[in-house]
Amino acid sequence: MNIMDYGWLGKLSWDSIVFSKLFTNFSVSEVVASTAGSIVIFATVAILFLLTWFRVWGTLWSVWLTSTDHKRIGIMYIVFALVMMTRGLLEGMVMRAQQAAAPDGFLYADHFAQLFSTHGTIMIFFVAVPFVVGLVNYVMPLQIGARDVAFPVLNQISLAITASSGILLMVSLVVGEFSTGGWSAYPPYTGTDFNPGVGPDYWIWAIVFSGAGTTLTGINFTVTILKCRAVGMGFFRMPMFCWTVLCSSILMIFAMPPLSVAALMLGFDRYLDFHFFTNDLGGNMMNYANLFWLFGHPEVYLLVLPAYGIFSEVFSTYSAKRLYGYKSLVFATMSIAVLSFTVWLHHFFTMGQSPTINIVFGIATMLIAVPTGVKVYDWMATMYRGRIRFTTPMIYSIGFLILFVIGGLSGVILANPTVDFQVHNTLFLVAHFHNVLIPGVLFGLLAGYNYWFPKAFGFRLDERLGKWSAYLWIVGFMLTFFPLYGAGLLGMPRRSFSYMDLTFKPYMLVAFIGAMVVLCALVTLILQLLVSLRDRKKNRVPVGDPWDGRSLEWSISAPAPSYNFAELPRVTDRDEFTETKEQGRAYQPPKVYRNIEMPRNNPLGFILCVLSGILMFALVWYIWWLALITALAIIVVVIASTFRWDSEQIIPASQVQQDTERWLELVKNTEPVGRDLENTPQNNGYAKLEH
Amino acid sequence: MDWTAKAPIGLFQKWMQVWGEINRRSYGLAIFPFIVLLIFLFPQSISATESFLMPLGPVAHEQKTHFFWATALTMVAILPVFILVPVILIKYRRKKGKGIYAPKWESYGPLEVIMWGVPFLVIFVLSFMLWRATISLDPYEEIEGVVPPISVQVVGLDWKWLFIYPELKIATVGELVVPVHTPVSMILTSDTVMQSFWIAALAGQIYVMPGMTTKLNFIATQNGKTQGENTQYTGKGFTGQKFDVLIKNEEAFQAWVAQVRARGIALDSETYNRLAMRTTRVEVQKELGTAQMPEHALYFTLTDPQLFQSVVMRYHSGKPLNMEQQPGTEKFGQGEDAAEGAQP
Repeated sequence: MNIMDYGWLGKLSWDSIVFSKLFTNFSVSEVVASTAGSIVIFATVAILFLLTWFRVWGTLWSVWLTSTDHKRIGIMYIVFALVMMTRGLLEGMVMRAQQAAAPDGFLYADHFAQLFSTHGTIMIFFVAVPFVVGLVNYVMPLQIGARDVAFPVLNQISLAITASSGILLMVSLVVGEFSTGGWSAYPPYTGTDFNPGVGPDYWIWAIVFSGAGTTLTGINFTVTILKCRAVGMGFFRMPMFCWTVLCSSILMIFAMPPLSVAALMLGFDRYLDFHFFTNDLGGNMMNYANLFWLFGHPEVYLLVLPAYGIFSEVFSTYSAKRLYGYKSLVFATMSIAVLSFTVWLHHFFTMGQSPTINIVFGIATMLIAVPTGVKVYDWMATMYRGRIRFTTPMIYSIGFLILFVIGGLSGVILANPTVDFQVHNTLFLVAHFHNVLIPGVLFGLLAGYNYWFPKAFGFRLDERLGKWSAYLWIVGFMLTFFPLYGAGLLGMPRRSFSYMDLTFKPYMLVAFIGAMVVLCALVTLILQLLVSLRDRKKNRVPVGDPWDGRSLEWSISAPAPSYNFAELPRVTDRDEFTETKEQGRAYQPPKVYRNIEMPRNNPLGFILCVLSGILMFALVWYIWWLALITALAIIVVVIASTFRWDSEQIIPASQVQQDTERWLELVKNTEPVGRDLENTPQNNGYAKLEH
Repeated sequence: MDWTAKAPIGLFQKWMQVWGEINRRSYGLAIFPFIVLLIFLFPQSISATESFLMPLGPVAHEQKTHFFWATALTMVAILPVFILVPVILIKYRRKKGKGIYAPKWESYGPLEVIMWGVPFLVIFVLSFMLWRATISLDPYEEIEGVVPPISVQVVGLDWKWLFIYPELKIATVGELVVPVHTPVSMILTSDTVMQSFWIAALAGQIYVMPGMTTKLNFIATQNGKTQGENTQYTGKGFTGQKFDVLIKNEEAFQAWVAQVRARGIALDSETYNRLAMRTTRVEVQKELGTAQMPEHALYFTLTDPQLFQSVVMRYHSGKPLNMEQQPGTEKFGQGEDAAEGAQP
């Protein structure tokens, strides 16, 4: 059927709605699918209702949705990531339940396949990436002493198209179905011949748009770090986190385009009858594999490097000590960033290429273990001769240190082509990348979330529940993924919705129990947030330095003023704030108060979010008139917005003075507290000098 | 009680104290994961025979050895972390730690050398092993045996594997039988989407791709039975795409060949097209299986010696293949122009 042969509503019909299948084919699998669809609809309605009930539409619009403030955009990114994480995690639970219940199971094969495809796509592109980007957005400009990122509106647009892609994935739960081709969507299985439905199209457009968003973010962060650092902050005075962000941003710029190109080429194959990756007419799916992993491997480091940065900050702060081996860590980070582009072929050692090629890529892969190992030792040396406090971020970090080396071990094992021949595409591989991504990336992000939360909202998170959550994550992770190593070695392929060999059963049962523990960890994490909201008055830290922090973000009030710094700092040391505290120069009023120019609110991001969402939906469902209108509208809106002259606002010096003086008055009236009391209500964010 | 008896008790009490502290402070988290991992990483009671940990030939055996060596050598860099992290955490904990405090200490030359040197040395040795092993276990390299190799052509279909023995003029689905101590030389392709062929107990995986061929060589050194499969997700029949691998001695093998010849049906293009449909092996068994064939396998006699080549050449005709002509699609074998294009 020609793609132009569809009517006004394209491929859309009543049968596309997920609930219709409940009537035509009643089964547990369809009930699960319909429940998921209802949750999406119910949650949307509930949110809309609550927003109206509490009359916060105005605030939402003027304070959040149109904001160009990097801090608010960062927070929105993280909220988005947490919502998507809840979905991804629940999908993981259902898959674990299915494999624990096998060989009987309760899901259809196609439903299971949609689950692993969305789980992977969501966890990588709509949890890990936005969580990282959100934290970086919040923290990095504060750490380098800047007022905002280099391109605030671009920042807003990046968020907008990432969010609309995520919403598209949510829509796929209700309308139509998602791809069954896994998060890597290998053709020709995802081509029109083998998958004529809309599933792969959902994947393609979500990836193309969110990928573009991430590329733009990478450009934004790179320029910010290169051009917006405070006076005196040479490269080697940047906090470690900023270094890792710089490397990660460069990876975003160079690694995301291959993915966008690969997904678009697959789109050309599907929509316009091209033959890049088809079986016939000279198409070759291995070109897709190359392009995809040319993105895919740097992607892993794009995520894990900022997490390394967070761990560096956490280890140093909670050991009350300078970061050990700063230059070593910078060099290691850069090495990893460069090496990450030289290893993509290890994802398909089994393609049948010559052993020489496998040797080159195998050794390159192993080489990455060297700088990574150095980092682990550097963090240990940071704690050595320190004064270690066992706070929530520290528990995540220690858990990371121990568990991550196990992921490193399985990584080195997998780097051997001969061994990879035996564990490729098995649960061993699944265990490996979860072992790297959960302790490596997620623990880092959660440590950062606990660490910087008081800076963002002005009060500390509940420590007791935080610790509980951290322990549950650690134990849950081990119980879920260590059995997968065993099952993989025994030969269980990944993505199996069932198995006949009962040898795997005990492993799957333990993994299912682990998944339940992980669910408890998530519940505890949500509970922690709720309890902390309840206790927010008691746990206020308005002075802004609850952990005896070392870098510039702790030198301002919590929450930070919209312009960040009353006067841009002059940096003389790597641990600038520690240095100023020790020399007694902290909490000084600026010599002169000046007007501050800040970007004005802009509705462009929100408009693009809506338009790109509709565009993607129209493309997925072949509704050409709608696609054409929204595509044109996007072009018109973007061009029109460039004619906006009043894109800046001035914050008058008087107001800056008023804010600052009020805060300094507060500092004067606050009792400094020692570290032993840092998780008690006495801690109002003024750290006592202890040494 | 004299001092010799007291000393161990004192030591014991001391240890109990430390152990209590470890548990109380959760320092045990450090070594605990490693112990748990060991339980799962080296499964002691292997009842599954579809694993390279229970090899039936030298290729899988060497892969297993390499796996253990890589694990052991990496431990050199990893064990210090397991041991030193708890030590550091105990010694430098804020509340009762007894270590000195050096807040400005941030670099020490000799330590840097060790930190970079040890991982580098480990990786250097591992790389050398990797190099040697990758050359010696190249799946394309024919294995030298006392007898000449037996060749098998493998076609990946949705969701079953077709094994063609070109010299013996037979073919099977669902069962691969090889003679013991005889090198097996496989050439593989796919007549649907990309798949990954795997007999864990004998050799590693190799991709099979339409229009392209790959090679796999192995030898079985003991009689036995194992399973092979596809590991690349290809749709709802994916988990059923398994086959039995039987390793027999020469006489038994010849008897089996005679049996296949006697009981097999002709693998003409019509039969092949039925095989190439989007069906599981069990489903196609119902259609094509006869009473003489075993329940888990289909036997064929080969009528077209060029079958494998024509499967590969299907994708090099320079003409587009629509869904009716593409095996593995839902519409394969339907419609008017199906017959022409479906000729393999």
